[in-house]
Amino acid sequence: MLAFVLRRLFQAALVMLVVAFIAFSLFNYVGDPINMMLGQDATPEQKVELRESLGLDKPFYVQFGAFVGNAARGEFGLSLRQARPVSTLIKERLPATLELAFCAAILALVGGVVLGVYTALRRNGVFSQFLLAVSLIGVSLPTFLIGILLILVFAVTLQVLPSYSRGDVTQIGWWSTGLLTWSGIKALVLPSVTLSLGTMTLIMRLVRSEMLEVLRTDYIKFARARGLTNNAVHFGHALKNTLVPVMTIMGLQLGTIIAFAIVTETVFQWPGMGFLFIQSVQFADIPVMAAYLVLISFVFVSINLIVDLLYYVVDPRLRIEQTSPAH
Amino acid sequence: MSRFFDSDIWWSFKHSPVTVVAAVLALLCIFGALLAPIIAPHNPYDLAQISLLDSNLPPMWIASGKAEFPLGTDQQGRDILSTIMYGSRISLLVAVCAVLMSIVVGVGLGLLAGYVGGRVDSIIMRIADIQLTFPAILVALLISGIARQFVPRDMQDSLALYVIIFSIGITLWPHYARTVRSSTLVEKSKEYVQAARVIGVSQTKIMFKHVLPNVLGPVLVIATLNIANAIISEATLSFLGVGMPPTQPSLGTLISEGQNYLFSGEWWITVFPGIALIVMVVSVNLVGDWLRDALNPKLR
Repeated sequence: MLAFVLRRLFQAALVMLVVAFIAFSLFNYVGDPINMMLGQDATPEQKVELRESLGLDKPFYVQFGAFVGNAARGEFGLSLRQARPVSTLIKERLPATLELAFCAAILALVGGVVLGVYTALRRNGVFSQFLLAVSLIGVSLPTFLIGILLILVFAVTLQVLPSYSRGDVTQIGWWSTGLLTWSGIKALVLPSVTLSLGTMTLIMRLVRSEMLEVLRTDYIKFARARGLTNNAVHFGHALKNTLVPVMTIMGLQLGTIIAFAIVTETVFQWPGMGFLFIQSVQFADIPVMAAYLVLISFVFVSINLIVDLLYYVVDPRLRIEQTSPAH
Repeated sequence: MSRFFDSDIWWSFKHSPVTVVAAVLALLCIFGALLAPIIAPHNPYDLAQISLLDSNLPPMWIASGKAEFPLGTDQQGRDILSTIMYGSRISLLVAVCAVLMSIVVGVGLGLLAGYVGGRVDSIIMRIADIQLTFPAILVALLISGIARQFVPRDMQDSLALYVIIFSIGITLWPHYARTVRSSTLVEKSKEYVQAARVIGVSQTKIMFKHVLPNVLGPVLVIATLNIANAIISEATLSFLGVGMPPTQPSLGTLISEGQNYLFSGEWWITVFPGIALIVMVVSVNLVGDWLRDALNPKLR
């Protein structure tokens, strides 16, 4: 167990180090920070002085070490575009992204399970067939097109839902939430639906096929023979047994949701971290880019580490492989 | 040729109406894109041919539309149908080049990992594993965003095509590497490889001349499906503004530009490129799915 955890931790640390190195080289090789800070008509003495005070005359590994140290404490310097600390910017944007991703994940899970159970139980119904056909198209539609189509229908034509920004937000400490006001909730609808659709169709198809498989097993026949009601059989026995693979896939899909949040945020001009990153790319705002790069990689490395460790706990076969000699 | 028409593949193609329709649509998209300079009704990037008087015309079936512009025009008076044809050209070019690049990298590394084995194998496959834990679109976005910073500002538009091909191509290689590695492991232990080794054929020659042709089968299927993925990735990057610039618009750029006119009522500027993108992706996907099933003897 310990060897497995240590190996995974080592691998995660290695990935983070590579990412930190990319972020570091962004800082150092894109333009000359000295020229950028002092302007064209600085004397050579001023340049040398600033170079020394910033530690840029030190050897490469010292600078890299300092960068990693700062990054670990969340310090990435000032944003070039907004002249404010990057850590403050990220802190402002984080709640928006997390709220969006959280709502989308819940929506995808609940919607996917409900639709999956429905299409499995009414296998030959017209509406089930329709849902399956739609889900097939839904899988191949790019997220940003779904967003644009939803805007066209609900914001432009019907004019019932807003298509940009978060609406009114309430501040709780440093966390800003849109869940407490009516306009905040309304603003959340289109983006979270857009973000959830891909995952929802995936979960729906998964639940459907798992349900169909479980409903064929002997213990379901036995449960029916015991005279249990349809509801007890379907939800107490069948659904419960489909939920393990659903949880696994949902864990892996969390990463996808976070990645596609960038696209959704851009479509709806949602003031989250993904939108911040896209803007920083266009304005060559290196400190923000570097911070986002490190942060998003950290999130992904952590998710994968947790999923790996959970597998290890859940699946006994992995443990046996560790102890038996190599074959 | 007659061998092809007698084959199982042609039979299964003929008996799958969905695939036939998808293939026809995919071919239409490809020919429309390739022949755009010849068959497009207008050249939207020739300033002499466009006129501001024709700007924001709706599609021809709406009362104020003109038959000359079947799908309407945009803000600058460019014919939407023609911009779609020229745009699909760029979308397809990027997708095909990115897939070709990933095939070269992925097949090469997979072959190396499978044939050489040992430390080389574990390093290559570890990198592939790690890359696969990040979603492809995120990797492409980060690489494209970072690569742009290293390109001089005034050359960014002209180099955009190469940056985007590189960043999409790099996301796709692990799929090929994994497949090719596992089939190489199987081929390596077969008798013809041992025989070649016994008569003193060099290792490189065995790898490329004998093993490589035998592991390429599944690569074709993955490549077809990956073309559709690459089209979507390119459109997404261009939509986010880190892909093709407005001077060389792909379908994604067109959709992104058209989005600004949604609220003033000119829905056709963004909807038609969107439909073209969906048709292209879905039809290529369906052909790829069919190919996967047709080439898989286990499903017959």
